[in-house]
Amino acid sequence: MAQLTYRDAVARGIAQEMERDDRVVLIGEDVAGAGGVFKTTAGLLERFGPKRVIDTPIAEQAILGAAMGAAMTGLRPVAEIMFSDFFAVCWDLVVNQMAKARYMTNGQVTLPLVIKSGNGGGLRFGAQHSQSIENWAMAVPGLKVVTPSTPLDVVGLMAAAVRCDDPVLFFEHKGLYSSKGEVPDGPIEDELGTAKILRPGADATVLALGLMVPRALAAAEELAGRGIDCEVIDVRSLVPLDTKAILESVGRTGRLFTVEENPRLLGWGAEIASIVSEEAFWDLDGPVVRITTPHIPLPSADSLEDLMLPSAERIQTEVEKAMQA
Amino acid sequence: MTLPLEAHRYGEHDMVMPPGDPTSHDSADVPLETRLKLYRMLQTLRQFEKRAYDLFMQQLVKGTSHLSLGMEAIAAGFGTAMRPDDYTFATYRGHAHTLARGVPMEGVLAELLGRANGLLGGKGGSMHLTSVEHGVMGSYAIIGAHLTIANGAAWSAQYRESGQVAVCFFGDGTTNIGAFHEALNYAAVFRLPVVFVCENNLYMEYTAISDITAVARPAADRASAYGLEPIMIDGNDADACYLAAVSAFAHARSGAGPVLLEALTYRHGGHSRADPGKYKPPGELEAWLGYDPLTIYRGRLERLGVPTAEIQAVDDEVAAAVDEATTAAKNGAIPDPAAAYTDVWADGGSSWRN
Repeated sequence: MAQLTYRDAVARGIAQEMERDDRVVLIGEDVAGAGGVFKTTAGLLERFGPKRVIDTPIAEQAILGAAMGAAMTGLRPVAEIMFSDFFAVCWDLVVNQMAKARYMTNGQVTLPLVIKSGNGGGLRFGAQHSQSIENWAMAVPGLKVVTPSTPLDVVGLMAAAVRCDDPVLFFEHKGLYSSKGEVPDGPIEDELGTAKILRPGADATVLALGLMVPRALAAAEELAGRGIDCEVIDVRSLVPLDTKAILESVGRTGRLFTVEENPRLLGWGAEIASIVSEEAFWDLDGPVVRITTPHIPLPSADSLEDLMLPSAERIQTEVEKAMQA
Repeated sequence: MTLPLEAHRYGEHDMVMPPGDPTSHDSADVPLETRLKLYRMLQTLRQFEKRAYDLFMQQLVKGTSHLSLGMEAIAAGFGTAMRPDDYTFATYRGHAHTLARGVPMEGVLAELLGRANGLLGGKGGSMHLTSVEHGVMGSYAIIGAHLTIANGAAWSAQYRESGQVAVCFFGDGTTNIGAFHEALNYAAVFRLPVVFVCENNLYMEYTAISDITAVARPAADRASAYGLEPIMIDGNDADACYLAAVSAFAHARSGAGPVLLEALTYRHGGHSRADPGKYKPPGELEAWLGYDPLTIYRGRLERLGVPTAEIQAVDDEVAAAVDEATTAAKNGAIPDPAAAYTDVWADGGSSWRN
């Protein structure tokens, strides 16, 4: 058992899979020699060599095309898109090519590949390097989408993503890279499509993802002192979605809150609110409440950005207000 | 600033005439057995595309379709030179490239008709023909991306040391999109065993390629930017295509890196079935019909002493095979509605939740 940072957990997860399977290869901008601009791939070049850990040009289409062509012909690539905002310059490869290849070919093509990417705000990088785009990916049939919030989940879900025979978008939260957590020694494999109850509670279900998870937990601690017992669930995987865990929790608590970093419209919580209203309406004791970033591009100044992203204080206030209404 | 349509009216750009002499490759070093294979393939592609066109006119083929009539020598030449385990990456104009790897006509035609016995069970259609067992790794319908994907297959072959080559076909219009340039640089940097074949048929959809490209030779004139040789070939002469392919594949297989070729050819029809081709200057189509890949090759076989009856027998056998495939395709079942829900995921299903 060791304390590991989230960024080191990324490298540990990839290394575990590269050690296990020599078809696993890593490509991306600055991932090899520099160990990644966020140091999430540090040490992999030294350990696995230049044939398996490759620095590419700034050419996101070429990177993802290479990953796709390699995946359909016997490799299991992990490709990095440095900032998730950059998916916009290679979205054709993701949406039109990877997501549809298996379906259009009637199952002839299999794409075991992972695209890892630094996602989310809080680092004062401004509107083009701070977006949360999990909901873009969630909207596309054929893509699996995960966002771990702890070092342990990073290792386990990376292993599950690499072993998955479908394209997986693996969103790392940039704001969590320096966070630490316990990670047991030895091989770890988790399961895609599974949410995790991080704090059991009786009064309200609070769903969160990525950086919003520690904030939801902090809010839940404050709310407990004020007599509101929240169940905090880390959704972890948007596709497949663990609706069972969510519906069961809502069945117990009767209230649902989603804490989303994405801008308001069509955030992941909107889909869950829709599912819950269709399938668990009579379990609800009050309206579903979505706590999100407003529908704006993110500003860069620290004072402004902090006002826009859901904070523990805002989560606490909104839950309390709704529960007392 | 001079805008093309200020300099000349639509359809009145300078004509590009066919490149050469139909006898230029009569004495080329291609064995007769290979030449007979090439001729049979040319006939297959020609007769198949004509049948596809007829089935459109009968409204049996829905949606759109992009035919290779007039461009068959490239698919035939390269397909014939490929090793069975090499990879083909084609475009939405990919019937010919798919058939040139030995994929049966029935599956391709049935796919155009949206039938269950189609190559893709009716789920892909004309623009996405794929047959992994024949090395046809897909037909890609959004310009540019598949050059980068071909790189990936070539990288995998290089990594596995399999000796395979990835061959990527695309049109002249593709040379102006970003992914073309990303793919060429990437392939050159990593010395990937990939062969890029630009089929320059002079038109980017409905627009003369010369009107919207900064250089005269859309692919060849870009080669030097990536440290590659500029290679132009006669895309209507199947022997020229075959020999260029043999040489390019040997280069790529040797570890010397990618090859970019530009094959000059002509699309007899429009971009798709919706296009009557009014942008072609008067006389251009006629000039190219006089330099038709089938006519050139048939003439060559005759000059080489192949009896006319033997050539005619090939034509007749292909015609019978096309008829047989047509009947089988027309008799194919309508896809089971359940098929629309299969193979979103590798587990065969489409479930996104528990």
